[in-house]
Amino acid sequence: MVVFIQQFINGLAIGMAYSLIAVGFSLVFGILRLVNFAHGAVYAFGAQFALVIFVGMQISIALAILLAMVAAGLLGVIIDKTALEPLRKKKSMPIANLITTIGISHILVNLMTIYFGSQTRGFPALFSFGMIEVAGVRVDSNQLMLCLVALILMGVLTIVVQKSKIGLAIRATEQNTKAASLMGINVNFVISFVFFLAGASAAIAGGLIASHYRIVFPAMGFDAGLKAFSAAVLGGIGSLPGSIIGGLIVGVSESMAANFLGSAYRDSVAFVILILVLIIRPTGLFGKKAIMKV
Amino acid sequence: MLKIEGLHTYYGYIHALKGIDIEVGNGEIVSLIGSNGAGKTTTLGSIAGLVPSSQGRITFEGKDITNVPPHKLVQMGISLSPEGREVFPALTVEENLRLGAYTKKDKDRTDASFERVYDLFPRLKERVAQLAGTLSGGEQQMLAIGRALMCEPKLLLLDEPSLGLAPTLVAQIFALIEDINRQGTTILLIEQNANMALSVASRAYVLETGSIAMSGPAKELAVDPRVKEAYLGAH
Repeated sequence: MVVFIQQFINGLAIGMAYSLIAVGFSLVFGILRLVNFAHGAVYAFGAQFALVIFVGMQISIALAILLAMVAAGLLGVIIDKTALEPLRKKKSMPIANLITTIGISHILVNLMTIYFGSQTRGFPALFSFGMIEVAGVRVDSNQLMLCLVALILMGVLTIVVQKSKIGLAIRATEQNTKAASLMGINVNFVISFVFFLAGASAAIAGGLIASHYRIVFPAMGFDAGLKAFSAAVLGGIGSLPGSIIGGLIVGVSESMAANFLGSAYRDSVAFVILILVLIIRPTGLFGKKAIMKV
Repeated sequence: MLKIEGLHTYYGYIHALKGIDIEVGNGEIVSLIGSNGAGKTTTLGSIAGLVPSSQGRITFEGKDITNVPPHKLVQMGISLSPEGREVFPALTVEENLRLGAYTKKDKDRTDASFERVYDLFPRLKERVAQLAGTLSGGEQQMLAIGRALMCEPKLLLLDEPSLGLAPTLVAQIFALIEDINRQGTTILLIEQNANMALSVASRAYVLETGSIAMSGPAKELAVDPRVKEAYLGAH
């Protein structure tokens, strides 16, 4: 039982970080009906950029992650402006956009290999004030803070989307791009803003996960990106609470699988659950019924 | 106030507008009538920046607005209530209206716009917290017009405000259009219901397959035999 609870808590911690990546898939999908497969690479960039400036500029790792948030957010905007917006202007087929994001993902990973090196590098612990132990269940400070920071950020994101003026513009653009532009909303700005939010939350997830596992490497975004994508679809892509629940399910299930089935199963269990959920409920747990673009 | 000169628009290979000229003066209601596919919605779309124009010029208060994107036109004072209402179905009535005032920075003026719209459409006030997608057709139409008024436009473009509404509601909507005009908003209206459109307008244009076939004071067009036969039904 103690092992079960321990694995559950481990899973929750890593799941919260997945949620932060998943929310980026969800936000971009909501507004463009596009699965941005470059998102995992942005996440990897965030983590590595944080490490590089942590080492290079001799600043605290927390500050380095904050700067990486801005950089990854801007990277998201640049991806959209240089590769995706031109495609939208030409009204190209959705599949072209999708393949473009896969291409960008590989370009980014290769650029990171060139500039940051291909080797796995150590990442410092973000928080280290020991460990809490209750009845044999241990929670280390990184896990605790990972949950806390992710929860706060999800709260902030939810408030931005639900309560702020730009959030209202985001929701309007999601529902009807044409009508949104008739309201005086600069739709391209809204899209850039969404890419920024997605990139910034991916970077903080990158920092949190890297400081949890204590390593970074250029291709770290492939697995994490796919898992977060499953989390987003699992929860219902386009829904913020869906991303949180989806992330937690993926995190907990992989931690359980690693412990009870063997570590070989760790990376596949998320996808098995994804397939099961999609068979039973194609729109995901929190998905809206009609997700077609008007 | 608004002047369209020799406007050509293509939809792919379809030559939708073949050099039209339209003028709307300050304070007027001008109607654009014509059958399905004549190019009425395309004309409004071109003015509002939704449809790219390939040739010709559109000027608003002396400024060239040809192919200016929609969000900038709203700031200049042009607002469109689109065909098919296009309200945001999963947002509340209040949120829809708030979006109409998106370009306004001044909170007091936004509040004043809310007051004005709720005065014009008391029905909307009763349903502020309701999702727009759950409103009836007539209420959605009111919401679409109200939303277009929230930015205090100088020129209001109305695309088929009577489409799909019960006759009593149609009369009500047109009475409201006259009210809005009396409050100082210039209106360019397109309608299949030519009777109603001509009764509220000062001037009108008849659009036929992408060209202006006739134009003149609405009262004269309403008694013109050709207009009567083609658009008003045999009397």
